[in-house]
Amino acid sequence: MSALLEFRGVTKRFGGLTANHNITFDVAENEIVSVIGPNGAGKSTLFKMISSFLPTTSGEIRFQGERISNLKPHTVARKGVVRTFQETTIFKSMTVRESVIVAQHLRATASLAGYFWGSKAARADVQAFGEYADELIDFLGLSNIRNELASNLPQGHLRALGVAIGLATDPKILLLDEPFAGMNHDETMSMVHLVRKVRDDRRVTILLVEHDMSAVMSISDRIVVLNFGEMIAEGTPAEIQANERVIEAYLGSEDDAIGV
Amino acid sequence: MSVAGESRSTGMRHGINRRTLVGVAVFLLAVFVVIPLLIAASGRTDFYYTLTSVALLSIASAGVWLMFYIGRINIGQGAFALIGAYVSAILVTKAGMSFWLSLPIAGVFAAGVAVLIGLPILRLKGVYFAMISLVLTQVVTLAALALPITNGAKGITSIPLPGEVSILGLTLIPDFATMENSRLAFYYTACVLMVLTFAAMYRLVNSRLGHICRSMQQNEELASSIGINIAYIRVIVFAISSFLGGIGGAMFGAIAQSVYPSSFQVADSINFMLNCFLGGLGYVFGPMLGTLVLYFGWDLLFESGKYQLLIYASLLIFLMLVLPNGLLSIRLDRLRRTHR
Ligand SMILES: Nc1ncnc2c1ncn2[C@@H]1O[C@H](COP(=O)(O)OP(=O)(O)O)[C@@H](O)[C@H]1O
Ligand SMILES: [Mg+2]
Repeated sequence: MSALLEFRGVTKRFGGLTANHNITFDVAENEIVSVIGPNGAGKSTLFKMISSFLPTTSGEIRFQGERISNLKPHTVARKGVVRTFQETTIFKSMTVRESVIVAQHLRATASLAGYFWGSKAARADVQAFGEYADELIDFLGLSNIRNELASNLPQGHLRALGVAIGLATDPKILLLDEPFAGMNHDETMSMVHLVRKVRDDRRVTILLVEHDMSAVMSISDRIVVLNFGEMIAEGTPAEIQANERVIEAYLGSEDDAIGV
Repeated sequence: MSVAGESRSTGMRHGINRRTLVGVAVFLLAVFVVIPLLIAASGRTDFYYTLTSVALLSIASAGVWLMFYIGRINIGQGAFALIGAYVSAILVTKAGMSFWLSLPIAGVFAAGVAVLIGLPILRLKGVYFAMISLVLTQVVTLAALALPITNGAKGITSIPLPGEVSILGLTLIPDFATMENSRLAFYYTACVLMVLTFAAMYRLVNSRLGHICRSMQQNEELASSIGINIAYIRVIVFAISSFLGGIGGAMFGAIAQSVYPSSFQVADSINFMLNCFLGGLGYVFGPMLGTLVLYFGWDLLFESGKYQLLIYASLLIFLMLVLPNGLLSIRLDRLRRTHR
């Protein structure tokens, strides 16, 4: 299987601090890959470079063979590489349905002026946006809160809303930023189920970053481990759990056990 | 029709729609028939000038309101009103152009300036954008003082009144100079422009561009991650805003038949913004009500002499504290209650 997303010697420096150093790995189509590492390992930085929220210092990230690093966030999204955020990054005063409708921006066929005048294409779009929003909302199990304001939603639902917003753009690969952070066991399991469903039913490749190792063990096909900006291991969950350097890195950090 | 609105219970939606329709009809009747009749009956023709000003200022304020809609505090609308006023005045006096042609050109010119300076300054947010937009008014005033074409501090005076517009010998708009009551003509012109502006604003806010603006106001990062070119949208919105400023300014110049560097000042820019705050940032018709209340409020306070500004400012602060969502929130709250 050829790689969908390729990291080639990706390096990011903030002044004297190297947040990512020479990161090289691939994500194949329809895989679920997790990037894990203790706090400050450089996971978020890597994510921001994939979606061009940050430029790389050197190296490049390719999607379907095309460079996507050092562009603009909306350009990267247009190519089908879409990130979700942690739950504070939402459209607070929109309802679930409004958020999912506005997120279908990339599916629009009419021009902005067309929407203003109510052209035929625009009316068809509006109809299609509504229908697709309802489909996604049902798919993600948000049906009974579709008209709730995002600011009124509990954390678990906000994560699902984040996924709904991401999916509404019709991505080829979805980047999830700490989807299990702060969740208890049951919540984590239902989120794991949801992410799998997205991959299996909608054929969306998943790359996620996580701080907590136990959560990603059951979900990932492969895991990449970062520590102090360096990639220290790559492999299947079983290989990662048995890896000396990984155990060391996680034992060295005070706040987390390896989770086995 | 609002995509977002459809998500709410349609029954309520229709109820409000019928209400809105009746409201619009009453408003149009009042503006175009009742008010002119009342003024004619009372003989207070000076009210034409006051209400014309309110209508034009509300057009410029509508632009500022739209900037709030993408999360930018624009205290620079005076700059674009001044630009519009000068462009129209220069075209009419120096090129002999019809005012009616110079009016849209003034708007487009102001929008063009906004595009040029918008690209760099719209990256700024919050108080930084607000400050730079404030400075803009001062910069345009200084430019008007310095440039030869604007005639410095003496300004441009004796601008002829708007002339006739006719197609194939059919008079669409009569020559304002030959009218016995050009005040009434200006009143009608301003009101027609105001109605067009707010109809377009209503449509815009409820169409896709409006939804995109709202998404940007709430979270620019998320908006760009779903593929919205936020830099482009910001420039478009700034251009629309400045177009409205230019139109408002050009109309003022035509009524006063003169333009000076001091025609629009920093205080005007601030007032445009306050009009939006007062009317309510969440309501598209907010700037209209805000402008009316603020304009008359200022006039009423005229009696209080040297305390005018103090009372005015204190009242504004008080109003914003009790009604953080603007005057129109009173009406909406009541509606909501009756619907529950
Ligand atoms: N914008 C920035 N400027 C300077 N240093 C940064 C910036 N962003 C992140 N860092 C630093 O880079 C390192 C990696 O951070 P981050 O990618 O957020 O780690 P993680 O997400 O794995 O917890 C940290 O030491 C952090 O302080
Ligand atoms: Mg992080």
